[in-house]
This record gives sequence, structure tokens and C-alpha cells, in this order.
Amino acid sequence: MNRQRLRLGERAIESAIFAGGVAAIVIVGLIMFFLFREGLPLFGNTSAAGFFFGKKWQPSSEPPQFGLLPNLWGSFLVTLGAAVIAVPLGVGTAVYIRYIAPRRLAGFLKGFVELMGAVPSVAVGFVGAVALSPLIKDFLHLDTGKSAIVGSVLLAFLAIPTITTIAEDAMSMVPKEYFQGSVALGATYWQTIYRVLIPAARPGIVAAIMLGLGRAIGETMVVIMVTGNAGLLPDHGVWHAFTHSVRTITGTIGAEALEVAQGEPHYQALFMLGVVLLLITVAFNSLAVTALGRTRRTART
Amino acid sequence: MVKPMPDHPSTTIEPGASIDSEVADMTTQRPSPQPGRGKLSARGVDFFYGSFRALTGVSLEAYSNEITALIGPSGCGKSTFLRVFNRMNDEIPGAKITGKVTLDDEDIYHKSVDVATLRKKIGMVFQKANPFPKSIFENVVYGPRVHGEKNRAVLRDTAEKYLRKAALWDEVKDKLNESAFALSGGQQQRLCIARSLAVEPEVLLMDEPTSALDPNATFKIEELMKELKQDLTVVIVTHNMQQASRVSDKTAFFLLGEMIEHGDTEKIFTVPHDQRTEDYISGRFG
Repeated sequence: MNRQRLRLGERAIESAIFAGGVAAIVIVGLIMFFLFREGLPLFGNTSAAGFFFGKKWQPSSEPPQFGLLPNLWGSFLVTLGAAVIAVPLGVGTAVYIRYIAPRRLAGFLKGFVELMGAVPSVAVGFVGAVALSPLIKDFLHLDTGKSAIVGSVLLAFLAIPTITTIAEDAMSMVPKEYFQGSVALGATYWQTIYRVLIPAARPGIVAAIMLGLGRAIGETMVVIMVTGNAGLLPDHGVWHAFTHSVRTITGTIGAEALEVAQGEPHYQALFMLGVVLLLITVAFNSLAVTALGRTRRTART
Repeated sequence: MVKPMPDHPSTTIEPGASIDSEVADMTTQRPSPQPGRGKLSARGVDFFYGSFRALTGVSLEAYSNEITALIGPSGCGKSTFLRVFNRMNDEIPGAKITGKVTLDDEDIYHKSVDVATLRKKIGMVFQKANPFPKSIFENVVYGPRVHGEKNRAVLRDTAEKYLRKAALWDEVKDKLNESAFALSGGQQQRLCIARSLAVEPEVLLMDEPTSALDPNATFKIEELMKELKQDLTVVIVTHNMQQASRVSDKTAFFLLGEMIEHGDTEKIFTVPHDQRTEDYISGRFG
């Protein structure tokens, strides 16, 4: 009797946990379904080529143009800039915390980096818009502070905590025997770090970069506030593009989603942008998960 | 892992002890073998982990072309003592050493000594085989590479030479570019020996190198040790007394951080002076 009740209780808990897990999958599935359901009818109104290869995003022109490319380009550009800044800084910080900083400073830095990750993106965007944007405008003599480069700097700020935290975790999984083996051969600390310890943690570092950049590419608030949400495909080279306004996928959705009526082509086009964004972030995360799986295997001895 | 270390442990004096009393310890109270005779020499070595005293007044000479075995029960300080010779204890926060340790009469704890250069001369093989997550080839040539060798042909010859020395060449010559983790435990340990030899050390320290291996792999490594002593000074820590009696020329018995007895292996195992040594080797404790 007692045992039966116990078993019943266990089964109830198991079912609840199972239901929770299934619910997470179902909800993600529903979100994807909803994105596609609302977005795909666009191709009844305009051609698929007009979306995927369209070079202009002008929803209020006549006829309206919903081109993916300027959005995709903007997101790519801003994220690339963020990567250029965040990868060396993020990985470098992880190396410093893990291998070089005195213990107490390392603990402090770790906490500080985690705190950095907890800053709400709207606060980052606001500081960027009122403080960093004019600064960069004056420094580079730009026409406007609303430029891709400001977005890149701020996205880097948001990506660094993710990159540093996960990369540092990956480095901490490297067995200490590698360190001992290397220094016992007469290698210096620095040689040991870059020839053995970092390569041993490389898959985890790659995963950290992917997750950090995945966060950057999906970030909306910051880019809405500082990149200008306007822009075409580049016609004067990459640096010119960096110093001018761009339109990112997330920025376009965020800025225009509340202005559209359900079911109109503009609305459908925004949902298709959402589909594209989802595919990009899924790709980034899958790469990260694959890379992390590889760390576990190499860390095993 | 990489934390600041005590500057020059040999110059550190334990709290409460004056320099005079230390010198007195070394010269009068603990008569030691004459300096300059052994390749490696330790005189009056005290070692502390924080406030825990792990070694007390240990003096030992290790000679060229000989295998010196350090035996004793777990926690007796023999591994700590081994690590004194290549300053691996430097990596431990709070570690402190007093006394004098020399290689060819040069104080290895002198402040002018570069630890990396020292470890190039005094190699180490660990209890658990610790190949790097690299190919077999890259493992062997790691030492030469960090010491500046870039020529691919030279590195290839080096790899072959030392894999042969470690009696591993025939087993791995067709898979040099495969991961070192694909090898068996015994092969991995021989790879680690080859990796140490490739730096061309004068001394090889071995910390229970066969404790994780089966009897067959153990036999191969013991044979290898006998080969290696033709060119090297070998110091080995072992839990296995049969191993010590099989391979070593000299044996030192440790107990509770002190070296109880030291001498020819044959004598230690047949006519030990100290009752405690006899009790240990006859299996009464440990």
C-alpha cells in the first residue's frame, strides 16, 4: 500500500518533468510553425525572388519593396564588426582570468564579467546612443553617429561576457596534467598556454565565440537605438558601410512590427525576416553545440 | 594554474629559524655525503606545504648511469622529494623549501637559475601517462619545438630517434599523425618517455611510471629504464618494492618525511640497517 503510493508519487513527478520537457519542445515548434504560417503567404503577394534577392527594403514605396539583402547585409556587417572586437577581447580576457591573473583578481574579474552580461541591452543601447555615438561621430568625423560601427562596439560589449565565461569554462576543463607535462619539458608558461592549453580548449572556445555572436546577431534593442535602421547594400566599400547607417534584420522587425496590420504584405515580410533570423541563430547554436561535444571528447583522457 | 610562486625557495628561511641554525643543521647535525660526488645532490632539504612539513632534513646523492629508487608508504614524501629536483613544487601555492639542491654542483634554486632551462636538463615522467591532445608525432617533437627547432626534417629524425629509444617506433611508425589517445596506456607512457628524451635531458625523474600499467607494459618500461641509464641519471619513485629491487642500483627508504636509509639496492633489500626499513620491505606495513 505504502509502496504503491510511493510509486504513484514517483510516476506523477516523472510525468510532470516529462510534460515540462515536452512543453518546451512543443512551444519552440509552435513558434516556428507560427513564423512560417504568417510569413509564407508573402510569396502569394510578391515573388520569392523579390524577397530573397531584393536589394531594397521600402515598405511604403509604390509598389512596396521587401528585399531581404539590405537587412541581411546590415546584420552581417554589424556582427562582423562585433566579432572583430569581441573575439580577441573575450578570449584574451578568459586566458588572463584562467592562467595569468593572481587568484583574487581572477575571482573579481570573473564576477565583473558576469555582471557585464547582466546589464540590460536597452541600458547598453541608451548609453551607446547618448554617449558613444556622438563620441565616435566626432572622432571619425562622420555625418551621423547612427552607424554600424557604434552598433558593433555595443554588440561586442554584449557578446564579451558570453564568450569569456564559456571560453574560461572550457579552459578549466583542460586536465592539469597537460600543464605539468608541458612545463616539465622546459616550456615556459606562455608556451604552455598557447601551444597546449588553448589548443586543448579550442572546441570550447569556438563554441563560446559562436554563442556570443549568436547573441549579437539576435540582439535587437541596441541596434534599433544606434544603427539608424536605414541603409542599402554597400556601394563604397566596407569601411564606408561601417561608418554609415545600416538596417539589420532585428532592427527592422523591432522598429516596424508595431506599425503593420495583420495579414498585409509588410506584416508577412517581417515574419519572413523572423524565419531567416531563426535559421541563422539555429545554425550558430548548432555549430556551438557540435564544438562543445568535441571538447568533452578531447578533455577525456 | 599559473600563479605567482615563491621567489627563490632556497633562500626562504622557515619562521623562527635563524640562518645560523640552518647552516648549523646542514654542516654539523646532519652529516651528508660529500658534495660534488653525485650528479644530483640534495643536502638537508626541508619542505613545507604551508605549515605542513612534508620533508625533514633529507640528503641524497643520485649518480650518473645509475637508477636511484625512492620507496616508502603513501604520504612519506618521496614524490614531493622527486619534484624538488625539477622544481615542480614551485607551481604549488604556499610551498617552501630550505636546504641545498644541486645539479653538477650548481644550486638549482639559485636566483640566477631559469626554471625552464633547468627542466630541460631534468626531465620528468608522471604517474599517469599525460600525452597532449595532439598527434603522436607532435607529442614527441613538442620539446624540441618549444626550444626553437623548426626544421621539419630535423624534427622527423628526432621523432624517429626517440621513439626508437623508447621502444615504441615499430608500433607507431605507420600512424605518427594519429592522436596519441589512440594508443594503449603502456604505449602512452612510453610516448611520454620518448617526449621527455627528445629534450635530451641529463636526468630523468620518474614518478611511479608503471603504477597504472599491466605487468607486460611494466616489464617493457623497466627494460627501457635499464637502457636509459647508459646515458642518464634516473631517479624513480615506486610503490612496488619488487620493481625497486629489479631495476635500481641505489634505494632510499622514506618514512613520514624523513629518509630513513639509503644505499645499494642489494644491501637495503637483504641487510637493512634500520628496523623500520626491514619492517617495510618485508611487508609488515605500508
